[in-house]
Amino acid sequence: MLRILGKIQRIGIVTEPVPRLDEPALTEIGEQLKAGIGELFRGSLAIREVDAGSCNGCELEIHALDNPYYGIERFGVHFVASPRHADMLLVTGPVSRHMEAALRRTYDATPEPRLVIAVGECGANGGEFGASYASCGAVSSVIRVDAVIRGCPPTPLALMRGILEAISKRAG
Amino acid sequence: MTAQERFAPFLRRLAEVGLRVDARASPGLLPAQLILVQAEDWRRLGDEAKAWACRWVAGWGEDIGEDGGEMTRINACFEKAGAYLLARTAVLGANPALDSHAPPFPGADRPERHTQDMFGVAFSGHPDARRWTRHQAWKDSEYPLRRSFPAAGRPEAQTPADHQYNFLLAQGSGVYEIPVGPVHAGIIEPGHFRFQAVGETVLKLEERLGYTHKGIEKLAEGRDAEGLARLAGRVSGDATVAHAWAACMAMERAAGLEVPPRAVWLRALMCERERVANHVGDIGAMLNDIAFAFGFYQFARLREEWQRVSREAFGHRLMMDCIVPGGVAVDLESRFIAALRDEVRTLRKQIGKLMAIINDLPSVADRVRGAGVLKPEYAKALGCVGYVGRASGMDFDVRRDAPYPPYDGLTVKVPLHHFGDINARARIRLEEIDASFDLIGALLAGLPTGPVRVGWKRPAAGAEGLGLIEGWRGEILSFVRFGPDGRIARFFPRDPSWTTWPALELLIHDNIVPDFPVCNKSVNGSYSGHDL
Repeated sequence: MLRILGKIQRIGIVTEPVPRLDEPALTEIGEQLKAGIGELFRGSLAIREVDAGSCNGCELEIHALDNPYYGIERFGVHFVASPRHADMLLVTGPVSRHMEAALRRTYDATPEPRLVIAVGECGANGGEFGASYASCGAVSSVIRVDAVIRGCPPTPLALMRGILEAISKRAG
Repeated sequence: MTAQERFAPFLRRLAEVGLRVDARASPGLLPAQLILVQAEDWRRLGDEAKAWACRWVAGWGEDIGEDGGEMTRINACFEKAGAYLLARTAVLGANPALDSHAPPFPGADRPERHTQDMFGVAFSGHPDARRWTRHQAWKDSEYPLRRSFPAAGRPEAQTPADHQYNFLLAQGSGVYEIPVGPVHAGIIEPGHFRFQAVGETVLKLEERLGYTHKGIEKLAEGRDAEGLARLAGRVSGDATVAHAWAACMAMERAAGLEVPPRAVWLRALMCERERVANHVGDIGAMLNDIAFAFGFYQFARLREEWQRVSREAFGHRLMMDCIVPGGVAVDLESRFIAALRDEVRTLRKQIGKLMAIINDLPSVADRVRGAGVLKPEYAKALGCVGYVGRASGMDFDVRRDAPYPPYDGLTVKVPLHHFGDINARARIRLEEIDASFDLIGALLAGLPTGPVRVGWKRPAAGAEGLGLIEGWRGEILSFVRFGPDGRIARFFPRDPSWTTWPALELLIHDNIVPDFPVCNKSVNGSYSGHDL
């Protein structure tokens, strides 16, 4: 136990202040968002991630949001196990036809007000796979989509920015 | 010793028992020896291969029908002691039938059902005739990989859920079922697991996969070489480097294209980096699944740092699209050589310190020792490769046993365990990280100078190639054939997950339901790489 505590103390906090991008710093947006989340989601945004057929590249980067560098929970954002607990669906694509019904049911199980973000090139427009006998292509061809985060896969920073922007759009 | 020499006694044996075998030379298929077999001898070939102690590697079909009639070619690839044998036969007609290889080789079960769903070939003597890859996106009378089937298909406005699949049932007092998925509780890929349990104990697990089927094999048709490399890099995103390398190797062999040495070394460097990233991340994830948050966050931190360096050095956090036909897309700047070497030194030290803490904790040992045991005889029967096989006594690694450049000039340490539990799979991964560190050191020290890419060369019509790569999950087989226009006519990638998904069903037996997540993570099959 002492060694665990020692390690924790030596490593310290590695969580980074989010670097400046083209827009005002994300930490600033984060602050603004807390007000928005407070209004719409009572200060806590619950996300249900749905892989609707991705290659799993997007999942790796969504996972990274939980690592100590990004620590997305500090913005009041956390991932939940059930759509019934979720305010937002983060959907990676392309939506395979075999996942189409499951995605619709997950969407229907998510209470209003719900936000849907299509993640990655495939989620946005079908990407490398497009629409075919096996794939519906973009997430928006199956359920209503509020925002899109592009990239193959989008980096954790792009994901964070996209989530925060989608919230502020709804809040605004 | 070449595959031809290695398999010569086996071919003599086949002739002795009366099989008509036609051995052919096919430079693109090297290191495999190609043999043509009569369809009626197919099952006997399987039995003889089993008696010869071969491993069944992969099987796939190919529509070779002409205007005159329908014909489907069936391939089965075997391996013994690092030498590969590619057996091939053809079946005729609209409803062709062929004897199954699943009775001698249980690992052929699902691959043959995939061929059945995609080509309409019925495998006689197969123990399980249920569909596998097909759910409800196309009709049971349609076969997407036949040439007559349009890539766009004829989908309904909404594809219904596949709720008619016949799961095996267990009955009895106190037996109950737990259906899980396809949408899982965590941030993971979709698939369905059907548990039958008594109390906490798992009587039986049955997997239902195919949810992420995106038609990769069909989409490949008509692509150019670069387009196929991009697609191969998305067969399974976590193995993007290895799959892209396997596909490029197959295409380059088909074209007879020599890749510059520096490019080959950089490919290996990226492949080893991919291995380290995934093993480090998965060890953290396994610790998370036994509720040891400290270990999870520490390893997640190390993975993030590693990925950031990948982005700096190669331009992408997962090194996606860095391997292209004819070489690599980006050269490594010399300023990174020392940095990458230092990074290995630091990470090795960090992992050592963390493992000293983790190894000391009885609460960790209690969850991973003796749980999720894959018996060596099961691993052998299924032909399990990669760390899952190597934790259960399957001593095979393509880099060492069928070495391809640059590994043919390097020493590859291959760890081996026999107990087959979660602990053994975790140990193998840690030892593989260590072996990769040594390889990265050797690759950086010996990195040749020169160009990193040569121009693409259009292969002859019908040219075929085989790529074999040791990805982080294990052996990847990639087959390509070019059409008369220099575009892809057939692409088949065999992810190692095909060999380890059935193993999960066996190793979970008699474990408790709450141990399923960590058992699953210790195997970590790719859904996307399997579903195609």
